[in-house]
Amino acid sequence: MQLKTPTSPHIHADTSVTAVMSRVLLALVPAIIGYVYFFGWGLPIQIAIAITAGLGFEAAMLRLRQRPIKPFLQDGSVIVTAVLLAFCIPPLCPWWIIVIGMFFAVVVAKQLYGGLGYNPFNPAMVGYVVLLISFPKEMTSWVPPEILNNLEVRFTDTLAIVFLGDFPYKLSLDALTMATPLDTVKTELSLSKTVGEIKSGNAIFGDFGGIGWEWIGNWLFLGGVWLIYKKVISWHIPLAMLGSLFAIAMIFYLKDASNYASPMFHIFSGAAMLGAFFIATDPVSACTTPMGKVVFGAGVGVLTYIIRVWGGYPDGVAFAVLLMNMAAPTIDYYTRPRVYGHPRG
Amino acid sequence: MDNHYQKIFADGLWYNNPGLVQLLGLCPLLAVSGTVVNALGLGMATTLVLIGSNVTVSLIRNLVRPELRIPVFVLVIASFVTAVELSMKAYFYNLYLILGIFIPLIVTNCAIIARAESFASKNNVIRSFTDGLAMGLGFTVVLVILGSVREVLGHGTLFANFELMFGAGAKILKITFVEHYRGFLLAVLAPGAFIGLGLIIAVKNKIDKRMELKKQTVSTKTDAEPVAESG
Repeated sequence: MQLKTPTSPHIHADTSVTAVMSRVLLALVPAIIGYVYFFGWGLPIQIAIAITAGLGFEAAMLRLRQRPIKPFLQDGSVIVTAVLLAFCIPPLCPWWIIVIGMFFAVVVAKQLYGGLGYNPFNPAMVGYVVLLISFPKEMTSWVPPEILNNLEVRFTDTLAIVFLGDFPYKLSLDALTMATPLDTVKTELSLSKTVGEIKSGNAIFGDFGGIGWEWIGNWLFLGGVWLIYKKVISWHIPLAMLGSLFAIAMIFYLKDASNYASPMFHIFSGAAMLGAFFIATDPVSACTTPMGKVVFGAGVGVLTYIIRVWGGYPDGVAFAVLLMNMAAPTIDYYTRPRVYGHPRG
Repeated sequence: MDNHYQKIFADGLWYNNPGLVQLLGLCPLLAVSGTVVNALGLGMATTLVLIGSNVTVSLIRNLVRPELRIPVFVLVIASFVTAVELSMKAYFYNLYLILGIFIPLIVTNCAIIARAESFASKNNVIRSFTDGLAMGLGFTVVLVILGSVREVLGHGTLFANFELMFGAGAKILKITFVEHYRGFLLAVLAPGAFIGLGLIIAVKNKIDKRMELKKQTVSTKTDAEPVAESG
């Protein structure tokens, strides 16, 4: 029997998983271009490795779980996870780093929990945190933009670095890398310098965050706003997260500007922009009710600040997102909107 | 040996394994399984305590009033743990230093009091001895499997530091898989233990399902429909 749909006209919602995922990827394109401009060819290479490894792991797990392989590979969710993870790791990391990261993201965090739509944690962030905890040296080897500009590391050089560990000009990774802006602020504040001294004493700082990083933040912001305009994500989580991060940073900045970095620095540094628009908004692992989304985003923002300022790691977005992922079901339970005709609660 | 003892062994090693099925004593299981030698040391200590407490509890099972049985069991277990701890201090001092607090903590391993309560207090001495041995071996096997997985992934070696248990000659047992291994910290830290144990339990359940399926297809061979395995 065929069910007849009652009335017309119908509005067709173009929100298949593939459509959503390709829009997310499209929104990331400006930031990727900016990244290549400032940091060289590392990111596209890492993305390529991540996508290849991710699709391979996904196909193998789908086969083991006896699920159809082709439709799940084509939905694009692995590609989004791969691009996000590649964004988080230093672009000159050896290739096996991101392969291990994708293994934990796809196999452990996603497929073992039941595949797309069943994962309680954001897969890209699980992969990132596993890498950060397991390989602290490789995962903190960031090469600042101005060094790369002076050296002119070409595409083939980057390939050699990532796959063979061969550095051009007989350099080593230790000679190239520097602490990220967040890392620098954290270390030098502990040496009882003021924020002003730190900023004027290090060449990596730009107007708000680090040189290069702040521009990528801008492009991520643009992409994110476009996603909201296209209704791929709602405004609740990004606004709540950036707003709460800004607010708590402002409180401490106003209290003691020499010991706490400015709110703008926090928003344009590290993974704050990426996290607000592309990671915390993951429809599977975040909250679903509008009020819940606000609470979720605010929680991520506050936790990020707490981990950045008082925690053991320079950036806290990944940990904050995972912690709030854990709290998401509870938040959803207490923020259910009232069903029409039913009492509140 | 009659059927009964076979069943006790099958229970301890597989069907009712303390590490994989009862999920008892997880704290030492997860904390000390970083290397094979640690795992083996703690597993054997636990086995000794299990055998001792099972035999003693079984011997006194008709003398203890039911209201008082739990404190008495705890006292029995605690005395055996103390004995094992002191002998490890005397003969395996370096291993004792590595295992540290987890030796005295055997007393809180609920797998041991569970066996005293549910088996030894209801069965004769020989059966209780067999049960203690089987359960202890089951626990040790799980510890050693988890320990080897974590040691290979985390340190790139296998059977390192065996001289702590078997004297200096055991040094040659060490197998190094990767020279200058950079280490995989996740496997060394607590999350690696949890993920590893989860995967081992998954493998065990999968094998159980296979066996169940085989049994079903054998017993229902006359039925036309073969049972489809669900992933």
